[in-house]
Amino acid sequence: MRGDEALWYDPEPGDWQRENVLRAAAACPVQAMRVEQAHFRDDSRVPAAAHGDADAFRRTGRIVIVGASLAGLKAAATLRHEGFTGSLTLIGDEPYEPYDRPPLSKQVLDGWVPAQRTALPVPGDLDARWRLGVAAAGLDLARKQVLLADGEEVGFDRLLIATGVRPRPWPDPAQAALDGVFVLDTRDDAARLQERLAAGPRRVLVIGGGFIGSETASVCRDLGLPVTVAERGPAPLVGALGRVIGAIAADMQRDHGVDLRCGVFAKALAGDSSGRLCSAELSDGSTLDADVAIVALGSLRNVEWLDGSGLAAGPWGVGCDSGSRAFTLDGMVTDDIFAAGDVARFPHPLYNYQFLALQHWGNAVAQAEIAAHNMISAQTDRWPHLAIPSFWSTQFDTEIKSVGVPSFADEVVITQGSAADRRFVAAYGHRGRVTAAVAFNQAKWLEFYQSLIERSAPFPPDFRGVDEPADRRPVPAGMPDQPIPGDQATVEVTGHNPGERRTALVRRRHRPGARLPQQRRDRHGPAQSL
Amino acid sequence: MAQPSLFDQVVDFGSRADPYPLYAELRRTPVSRADDGSYVVSTYQAIVALLHDPRVSSDRRHRADYAEDEDEFVPGLPPSFIGLDPPGHDRVRRLLTRHFGPPHDPGRITSMTAGMADIVADLIGHLAGRTCCDLIEDVTYPFPVTVICRLLGVPREDEPRFRVWADAIVSSIDPTTGDLAARKRRRLDAAADLASYFGELIDAGRDRPGNGMLAELVADDGPEGRLSRAELMSNASLLLIAGHETTVNLIANGMLTLLRHPQVLQRLRRQPALSARLVEELLRYEPPVQFLPNRTALDDIDIAGTIIPRGGQVTLVLAAGSRDPEHVPDPGRFDPDRPDNEHLGFGGGIHYCFGAPLARIEAQIALPELARRLENLRLAADPPPYRPNPLLRGPAQLPVRFDRVAPAPATRSRDQRITERHLHHV
Ligand SMILES: Cc1cc2nc3c(=O)[nH]c(=O)nc-3n(C[C@H](O)[C@H](O)[C@H](O)COP(=O)(O)OP(=O)(O)OC[C@H]3O[C@@H](n4cnc5c(N)ncnc54)[C@H](O)[C@@H]3O)c2cc1C
Ligand code: HEM
Repeated sequence: MRGDEALWYDPEPGDWQRENVLRAAAACPVQAMRVEQAHFRDDSRVPAAAHGDADAFRRTGRIVIVGASLAGLKAAATLRHEGFTGSLTLIGDEPYEPYDRPPLSKQVLDGWVPAQRTALPVPGDLDARWRLGVAAAGLDLARKQVLLADGEEVGFDRLLIATGVRPRPWPDPAQAALDGVFVLDTRDDAARLQERLAAGPRRVLVIGGGFIGSETASVCRDLGLPVTVAERGPAPLVGALGRVIGAIAADMQRDHGVDLRCGVFAKALAGDSSGRLCSAELSDGSTLDADVAIVALGSLRNVEWLDGSGLAAGPWGVGCDSGSRAFTLDGMVTDDIFAAGDVARFPHPLYNYQFLALQHWGNAVAQAEIAAHNMISAQTDRWPHLAIPSFWSTQFDTEIKSVGVPSFADEVVITQGSAADRRFVAAYGHRGRVTAAVAFNQAKWLEFYQSLIERSAPFPPDFRGVDEPADRRPVPAGMPDQPIPGDQATVEVTGHNPGERRTALVRRRHRPGARLPQQRRDRHGPAQSL
Repeated sequence: MAQPSLFDQVVDFGSRADPYPLYAELRRTPVSRADDGSYVVSTYQAIVALLHDPRVSSDRRHRADYAEDEDEFVPGLPPSFIGLDPPGHDRVRRLLTRHFGPPHDPGRITSMTAGMADIVADLIGHLAGRTCCDLIEDVTYPFPVTVICRLLGVPREDEPRFRVWADAIVSSIDPTTGDLAARKRRRLDAAADLASYFGELIDAGRDRPGNGMLAELVADDGPEGRLSRAELMSNASLLLIAGHETTVNLIANGMLTLLRHPQVLQRLRRQPALSARLVEELLRYEPPVQFLPNRTALDDIDIAGTIIPRGGQVTLVLAAGSRDPEHVPDPGRFDPDRPDNEHLGFGGGIHYCFGAPLARIEAQIALPELARRLENLRLAADPPPYRPNPLLRGPAQLPVRFDRVAPAPATRSRDQRITERHLHHV
């Protein structure tokens, strides 16, 4: 447990200790532990009006959720909580009941919490059919069937897509298969990596300096392991926080003894005769001896199972409206198909209605709640997903927390505290209004900045307050361009008459050995643009 | 003279037993003015916003009426961190936290839990053979005092000495105890005495290191260095006072509320695990800290339709916010099963109560034990006589009758052990 404002992580809050968990949550500096989900929440949100159809659906409808993780579980719990008594099926390709991922790169990796003790609390009265360990392989919209990899078909009236993302793999499969090369996504990944780190490797190479890469590097340093971070960009965390704040993160890493190499990427991994990783070739021509490599190159969305379904699902995620209803490839909104969590991509009014693809814990929870509510509500009772995005990260004795969308910014200014002390708040602006803020060990102020974002307050924020830095001049935030991940797929429109025009998805296969895309998308980083 | 402002009516001793109807009236104007011109904030949303607003300072040196030459502080003694803004506040809080909780000292409170249960058991045991008592004098005061003494490493037998100073400091916050100048004089005198008492302890400890936070802080060798002797003196004073004056009231208000809701008292006897949620509801429903009078606006703040001007003094009425019907349904109802109980009992933002984990455990231990062991417990006076202080509000005495004192359990209860195990885990 590190950081000024230590995050109390409580694995598996059992029933008897839920009070303690509630308290821990109340005390949780980053308010990240949203425990009211599942069985802790019993205040009834009474549906506004009784609408005949919606009512009948609530009683006897069939809902299928694909992706049995944070968003899927949260949606399921919300459905029941809001009075859905019909049939509920959760399909997940992992063999486990839902568990929480954020601790995997933190408390699990440093050995503080065992990987299997990250389960999310499942309400006792969820009354769901679980199909775990089997992937959804296809979707037939016309027949309203989900096709499973084992051949089964599962019929639904309404469907929630919550299949999340997976790590972008190391591009060369043979190199990726070397013993010692890891990605970090599942609880098994974390358990294996934890074991390997605990065994004391000579050097760990972290490929990619995004949040997951930085957090793993931080754990390595806590464990006293020599670690090199190879980051293609000018600093760690640039994709999410920009160059200016990224430079502070870089100093932080170096102060903690990380061998941080920016502007450098790993070109190839090499193994010894028994297939064990022994070194990596870097783009600056150097060779680095390392027996563990953690590939943290951002993520890919789990959408392949939707190929051919006619939904707007591609490398950019599953497009949906702010009420979580999925779009078809043609850009029309569906009524029975919903999406939530890391896989979803939705327009946010505060960000010029651009589509956001957020890979944040809090977003998965909030959006799942909205999706579930809307799945069983009449048109007029539906809610938009307008939460201000927020995420946190723990690394190098620092709690980093942000509100808003920092990458949606052209300028940044430190408004409180001191970057040199690594305790500060920075506000981000886009064309003269506040769009985000990030705090390093100063999370308690962020509610104020959230209200500035909600009000589209002018940037730079102009106020006299506590702990004012000497210099309050905004500087360019140094955000890399973040085009949508369109390098692997595109669409084509065909047909002439309005009644005939249709869109088709065209996937491009990645050529083996091709360069990694210049702009990685970090797992936490949002992408915008339509 | 015109009728006093609503807030001045709250402060009036006549309202002490039940200020809540006045709070309801206050909330109709989320930001109102007290007769001294200060801005009184009473709705949940507005209070939470200001608790997190960097334009709001806790440092009295920013007050418009503060003058350098006016000696607000004991000479040579820095303000304690409750009266500092960042970065000074954060530094002191970090240094203290190193010896109080996670990440550096996660076991501190756990290691005290068993002892706390024993203290309560003993205090109640002393009532054996009697059928009436003043719960405050006999249990709810001595318990937290003993705990904070153990935490800090202050000799328990010094209590009669520091009680005088603590009482004087606490009553000087109370606007009903005299004009500003007189109160300030009393506060400064008592604060100087209490601080020099800690100075003695610190110096004695250098030769003969004892147990407790104080001794550890004196010898701290963390990466950020340690608190100076003067800093230690003023912050130890704060911990001593904040560490018991409030908890006394939490437990006393708790027993009073339980006795007014006998069915809940009965449930607690059977079901001690109820205490966790119960304590949260008490912090909402009968909070020991009713308002925070110590904030200053560093800039013009536009809030809830009012502009609080730069230099304006701000009072956050936590007790009114925690009963705001816009925030919590049916706020006047005492409901120990309330889910998602987000109250303002411990404040919020960077000054969020430092001792909250300890205070919670203390109340969670004391309330079920009192409920269980004092058989057929009933109030001898309702309302009980109140202490004059409107801010740290609570009964002066809590006279009760009971039939018999049940024996102490041979071993500690299962719940307690669970609590300990959990805390250990954390
Ligand atoms: C190591 C790590 C650390 C993180 N740390 C933080 C953090 O500190 N702060 C923060 O805000 N966020 C963090 N995140 C992100 C956060 O965990 C995600 O935002 C969150 O898990 C999203 O939930 P989800 O349910 O949308 O997706 P996921 O949790 O990815 O779940 C999707 C599920 O669907 C399954 N699935 C995929 N395809 C199929 C299919 N075809 N059929 C059936 N099932 C399928 C997947 O196996 C998976 O179980 C972290 C993520 C990781 C991996
Ligand atoms: C029921 C018991 C308690 C209640 C209701 C309570 C309430 C509060 C409140 C409302 C604040 C915020 C003050 C502000 O914002 O200006 C506070 C701060 C504080 N409390 Fe408590 N408290 C309790 C018990 C304790 C205990 C047991 C301790 C010590 C061990 C303690 C130590 C402190 C300290 C040091 C601060 C200042 C924190 C800071 O400025 O960062 N309190 N408390």
